Amino acid sequence: MSDPVAQLIFLIIKAIVMPVLIILIVAFAIFFERKFAGFFAGRVGPTYLGPWGSLQSFGDIFKLISKEDLIPAKSDKPVFKLAPYIAFVPVFLVMAVIPFGPVGGEANLFGYRFDYVIASFDAGLVLFLAMGAMAVYGVVLGGWSSNSNYSLLGGLRAGAQMISYELAMGFSAAGVMLMAGSMSLIDIVDGQAGNFWDWYWIPQIVGGLVFFVASIAELNRTPFDLAEAEQELVAGHLTEYSGMRWGMFYFAEYVNLVVVSMIVSTLYLGGWRAPLEVLDFIPGPIWLFLKICFLIFVYMWVRWTIIRYRYNQLMSIGWKVLLPLSIANLLVTAVVISAVN
Amino acid sequence: MSGTQDTQGLVPAAQALSRRPSLEELRERKDRTRRHLEPTGDVMTISMGPQHPSMHGVYRAVLDLDGEVILAVRPEIGNLHRGVEKLCEHRTYHQIIPLTDRLDYISGFAMNHGFCEAAEKLMGVEVPARGRYIRTMTHELCRISNHILWLGTSIMDLGTQTFFTICFRDREYVLDLFEMLTGARMTHSFARIGGVAKDLPDGFDHRCRKVIDFLPKRLAEYERIIKQNRIFLKRAKNVGIFTSEDCHAWRVTGPTLRAAGIARDLRKDEPYAAYPEVEFDVAVEYNADVYDRFLVRMKEMRESCKIIRQCLDKMPPGPFLAPDAAHSLPMKKNVLRDSAAMIQDFYQVFRGPQVPRGSVYRCVEAPKGEMGVYIRSEGGAKPARVRFSTPSFYHGQAVPALVEGEMVADMIAIFASVDVVLGDCDR
Repeated sequence: MSDPVAQLIFLIIKAIVMPVLIILIVAFAIFFERKFAGFFAGRVGPTYLGPWGSLQSFGDIFKLISKEDLIPAKSDKPVFKLAPYIAFVPVFLVMAVIPFGPVGGEANLFGYRFDYVIASFDAGLVLFLAMGAMAVYGVVLGGWSSNSNYSLLGGLRAGAQMISYELAMGFSAAGVMLMAGSMSLIDIVDGQAGNFWDWYWIPQIVGGLVFFVASIAELNRTPFDLAEAEQELVAGHLTEYSGMRWGMFYFAEYVNLVVVSMIVSTLYLGGWRAPLEVLDFIPGPIWLFLKICFLIFVYMWVRWTIIRYRYNQLMSIGWKVLLPLSIANLLVTAVVISAVN
Repeated sequence: MSGTQDTQGLVPAAQALSRRPSLEELRERKDRTRRHLEPTGDVMTISMGPQHPSMHGVYRAVLDLDGEVILAVRPEIGNLHRGVEKLCEHRTYHQIIPLTDRLDYISGFAMNHGFCEAAEKLMGVEVPARGRYIRTMTHELCRISNHILWLGTSIMDLGTQTFFTICFRDREYVLDLFEMLTGARMTHSFARIGGVAKDLPDGFDHRCRKVIDFLPKRLAEYERIIKQNRIFLKRAKNVGIFTSEDCHAWRVTGPTLRAAGIARDLRKDEPYAAYPEVEFDVAVEYNADVYDRFLVRMKEMRESCKIIRQCLDKMPPGPFLAPDAAHSLPMKKNVLRDSAAMIQDFYQVFRGPQVPRGSVYRCVEAPKGEMGVYIRSEGGAKPARVRFSTPSFYHGQAVPALVEGEMVADMIAIFASVDVVLGDCDR
């Protein structure tokens, strides 16, 4: 078997296993979200299905699939049906470029080279930003096509919010790009070789925080969950969706949660690298998994602790605080790097 | 503040100078915080309610929006109308008491109490001291349970659900006390004409003291969470300013009025039950915004704990029901032992109290505001007309004045901050 054939087989395996793994993580992320929400609120959370209620998500999915698919009579039907897919597909594509272990080097599996990434893509970071921008369309179109005022307001809020936060996100990610000298996520992780103090979170602490805050907005979670805003807009852009179409939005949100956690750990927390070099014997995917778990926990913690911003406050934070901070961070990084070189 | 306030219920001048923004200043601030948009052609009309997550029941507000800014609100009530006032005309005075629970079901005893105070005034019944103290204590427990529920739901309306369940946990302690005292958790029907239904049960004193020792600590913790939360301050400060003159114009009372700097509290101004005999302060704040309404209610809960403690300390011995055979029921424990009590029981249950002709108006300080009861009697056991003037009705009608020019998200916060319960509003 020649190397290209082996690579193709590996690729197919990775392309199947990776989404399945992510879906499993998502299923348990949903379960843990509810469990944590319960703990924070002095309740117990789900307990019935499976040990400790751990199979709750599968019960949810089964329920959602078996529910009637309601489509409002006066909605724009093709767009209404398309919107969940637009929200759903892009978040999966980002997975392809995130490295979950060492890439390149010599043969490490049955005499062949196994790269721990699905697609070795030069502009992985740009792909992530682009796909994030794509996913907004799902929300906006879903809100617009529902022919409901609540949905429309939710969709508009989501559109305005994500556009303004994506700018801050892009600028703060550009700081990392400059430090690594590459837009490839593989190179970015390689640039963070060493112990945990060699990772980018120390030199890029400002950018990292801005990226984290902007990512909460990108994920549509409290305090920036204005698109859904249950207490104001009932369910925002999701108001008219039911059954599995609603489920796809919901699912996309959690896949996005996992993917954004992966990106944050790749950019700032050394990706798949061990925090100390002596711990390198533990394989990379496990470290990445632990970092994702940590970040998901932080996102949930924030969500169940903080109250929601008002729409105009959210916009002013995005444009007046986060964007200037991220641009300043980019400038300082650029000056320091050119001074060092 | 007791003893220092003048006859109009205004705070003294020295205090006013240090903390209180003048009415002009508040007016100007209100004008500045509201957005004044010219209505254009692009008005979006949204029907918020009667089924909406944060309409606290079945309130319906038809909003005209320009973007996110509210241009006009048309409130619609009546979805929970049960004809309580008409039902009252076909019941004896004793039978009306359970109906009043269902007005403001969050604070049922306050409603019982208001009705009984009015009926007693009409009949000229004197409530014995123990009855008055038990009423005062129960009323304040009611206020605590109402305000804790309000705290949880209004913070939930600002966007987090965690706080909601935490507040419910603490409300549970108060509801357990109610269960012990009255046998019911929400609709207690505990007041009777001439007193209360039952005496304090064994061990109540001890349990009640435990709860009121423990609650202020929890409340301090909540207050710290609220005061230190920057997002909360941003959402609540200078939002929904409603000056004292607005309050007067719309007959808004209770904590909303007190947050506008007017120390109007019927417990002080027109005392009833055992309120003249206990020491407490009227909670007043001066900025008339959502944040100050929070502070007023937090203070009020602490004052309620103080009142309850004093009631328990001073709890006088003796009967808890007036020994007035013509108007009030006998004490239940005597009914099967004492023939006179048995006769009184039959008489009251089958014929009802014999009430002179006349009309009466009495109001009490319910947790949500002033709860007035008007009764017109043409003699006999049934009133000719009963009219409840409940706070939520007036607060609900003031919503357009409260929220026009604010944003949708603020409307939810403001609506929550004036505390409306639709059972109370629609009756």
